[in-house]
Amino acid sequence: MSVVDHQEWDVVVVGAGGAGLRAAVEARERGARTAVICKSLFGKAHTVMAEGGIAAAMGNVNMGDNWQVHFRDTLRGGKFLNQWRMAELHAQEAPDRVWELETWGALFDRTKDGRISQRNFGGHEYPRLAHVGDRTGLELIRTLQQKIVSLQQEDHRETGDYESRLKVFQECTVTRILKDGSRVSGVFAYERETGRFFVLRAPAVVIATGGIGKSFKVTSNSWEYTGDGHALALLAGAPLLNMEFVQFHPTGMVWPPSVKGILVTESVRGDGGVLRNSEGKRFMFDYIPDVFKEKYAESEDEGDRWYEDPDHNRRPPELLPRDEVARAINAEVKAGRGSPHGGVFLDVSTRMPAEVIKRRLPSMYHQFKELADVDITAEAMEVGPTCHYVMGGIAVDSDTAAARGVPGLFAAGEVAGGMHGSNRLGGNSLSDLLVFGRRAGLHAAAYAAELSSRPVVDDTQVDSAAAEALRPFSAEGQTADSEAGRPPENPYTLHQELQQAMNDLVGIIRRDGEMREALERLADLRVRARRAGVEGHRQFNPGWHLSLDLRNMLLVSECVARAALERTESRGGHTREDHPSMEREWRRINLLCSLTDPTDGLAATDPVRGQITLTRETTEPVRPDLLALFEKEELVKYLTEEELYE
Amino acid sequence: MSSSYQARFKVWRGDTGGGDLTDFTVEVNEGEVVLDIIHRLQATQAPDLAVRWNCKAGKCGSCSAEINGRPRLMCMTRMSVFDREETITVTPLRAFPVVRDLVTDVGFNYDKARQVPSFVPPEGLLPGEYRMMQEDVDRAQEFRKCIECFLCQDTCHVVRDHEENKPAFAGPRFLMRVAELDMHPLDAAADTGLDRKRTAQDEHGLGYCNITKCCTEVCPEGIKITDNALIPLKERAVDRKYDPLVWLGSKIRRRSSAG
Repeated sequence: MSVVDHQEWDVVVVGAGGAGLRAAVEARERGARTAVICKSLFGKAHTVMAEGGIAAAMGNVNMGDNWQVHFRDTLRGGKFLNQWRMAELHAQEAPDRVWELETWGALFDRTKDGRISQRNFGGHEYPRLAHVGDRTGLELIRTLQQKIVSLQQEDHRETGDYESRLKVFQECTVTRILKDGSRVSGVFAYERETGRFFVLRAPAVVIATGGIGKSFKVTSNSWEYTGDGHALALLAGAPLLNMEFVQFHPTGMVWPPSVKGILVTESVRGDGGVLRNSEGKRFMFDYIPDVFKEKYAESEDEGDRWYEDPDHNRRPPELLPRDEVARAINAEVKAGRGSPHGGVFLDVSTRMPAEVIKRRLPSMYHQFKELADVDITAEAMEVGPTCHYVMGGIAVDSDTAAARGVPGLFAAGEVAGGMHGSNRLGGNSLSDLLVFGRRAGLHAAAYAAELSSRPVVDDTQVDSAAAEALRPFSAEGQTADSEAGRPPENPYTLHQELQQAMNDLVGIIRRDGEMREALERLADLRVRARRAGVEGHRQFNPGWHLSLDLRNMLLVSECVARAALERTESRGGHTREDHPSMEREWRRINLLCSLTDPTDGLAATDPVRGQITLTRETTEPVRPDLLALFEKEELVKYLTEEELYE
Repeated sequence: MSSSYQARFKVWRGDTGGGDLTDFTVEVNEGEVVLDIIHRLQATQAPDLAVRWNCKAGKCGSCSAEINGRPRLMCMTRMSVFDREETITVTPLRAFPVVRDLVTDVGFNYDKARQVPSFVPPEGLLPGEYRMMQEDVDRAQEFRKCIECFLCQDTCHVVRDHEENKPAFAGPRFLMRVAELDMHPLDAAADTGLDRKRTAQDEHGLGYCNITKCCTEVCPEGIKITDNALIPLKERAVDRKYDPLVWLGSKIRRRSSAG
């Protein structure tokens, strides 16, 4: 069929956010010729949106901090569902990953004695987040981008070519992982600018594509977050883990409508901002769950004293983990105590002087001033929950970041599952990207180097990938399915319907009947998406790009809906109105999603059967020395009797 | 005041072979920004209208374009700044070659980024041992707020209508990058024989800059590119008495800071 350009690399990294770039740096430094493919321009990845900071127990502000405390906080935040070995590695290695950024030129905010400053954040016992004002993600991306440029400069000095060992293919999209038998053999991709197809042959592929938020209507995520990596892994035969856990960040903008969902950083609360309802009440004091009762202030006075004297007071409940705060806001609005535009009030104006607000929260000041005509130094913000992060993801080996079942496939960052359990703490994402990005790059390079024979790219896979990608151009007049003769579907309309269905039916509060309805709507959308058609040609055609992304969003949305229907309890980023309590028996259960028909199940239209098969798996017990970091009284809230006796 | 109305837009459509302004009439709702309107055009009238965007919150610098001739981020330009009767014209960045519609080839900037030597870590300091005072990193941090929207590169008249200057001129964004590294308290470039101030002049074309501050005016991050990066770099780069522009620049700066 089509003649497609082929190139040979050792490691291909899909995605150029924090995890992808850190993986690429590591793979290149370990000697692998490394290609990075990203949908946007180099340096624009969604990581730039991260505001608050990078969690790492450096102990610069409070000497009491160490990796054990960080590990404990992470497990509490994830309600003990975390893949504990990942949480352990993450807590242990995060400080090194932050310090290393300084040697690449990063400039964090400083403490008085010249160290990296650290700020408070929800769920973290001590001030732990390394930050740069409220634009930490930008600093992380820029630092990694500049590190990549510096490696390219080294290569240029040695070989005369900047891209001889490390190349960024920007504005390109991968649509298929190619395989030789069970092993990875490369990727099939297209250039967004020209629409040209190409193949990168490589024995090792690192997926670092981020999240899935664009399947929901109200989200803090950018257009890139269409679940590409999740879908690529599924299609390649690798299972996804615990996809029901989706984090709704408690504070997104709610007005004006066009910015609904855009993030309001948790730093606002970390630095002293408080949540109030329409009656002026700090309602979070009414929402402290039993498992956290001993850890949070009982009165406003105590909470306020904590900012100055954290050793003798408990933290205010505005700093509970995100899932708790999001549910509380949802409940207040539902009870009729919301703000005029359907949120609640987040106020810093009465808590700090205007100058301090502008210095510590410059982008928030800017964002509200420019987009909502709100001066946050003088009035309260209106905020409400927004789809922010998926805890579920590709099932990986904790140490090597290798995806299960597909040799040569690795995953790191948001697209990988397990690390955060049922709910991620703020600040633990940027550190996750660095810790597991590095590990994925390291092990991908080692895997590629150890292979005795390179896998071979199968031409028939390339041809069918090309045919699949071209399908939207021939949507009209199709005869291959029973829908022949009907007009093509507008991909933008299909996307909006998908977002509405997920938002309404598999959103922050879930119910059995609604999720069943969601599965039916997804099945209908799946059929219609086969007729998604586009006008024009292949050169930078956003309608075409969206038609291709729809496949991924539909697959991932089905995973979320199916797993959410299966898990009959409430935990972290999964809240069931019909099963409101956390069940200890469920803590040991992982839900794995895999493709029902691995040969090519995408034609499956039966809503009951669908494309995804769920399997239950019992997790490995937490290692005893890690369990010993907790008090027994705390463990009984999470672990079953038999687990405690073991 | 009704919240919804029909606005008139002219959007440049075309590719490397040429193109023209296309007229649209499109719905606008309360609180929307220009990027929302471009998206509405895609969803309802022109599904293949090419545009770059990403975060939609002024943080990634992808959706740069010229709105009524002025370089701006589409996601941060509210419709409420325009009169409802006004026709709004959206064109691609003029200083870069068009790829398609509102998308331009910004490769120039990535080439220039590669030409600036990277941060040089100081010998003898291990990771975790870096100590810097906040007041010493403030200025470089200001420059690191840059979201690389390239509006300053687009507006700078050294290259805006002078393609021939591009090879020798890094542009405000990358001269500012040189200044940032030069002001980094721990950058050890000098120990390796690299004089960043001199290379700004000799290799990155600082001399072309005649401090008209157009870059500062369009910066969506409010970075004082001219005053805080380019003029100090000029002051360090050459002996002051031989560069009348530096003299002029210091006068301008004094006046604006007094007023």
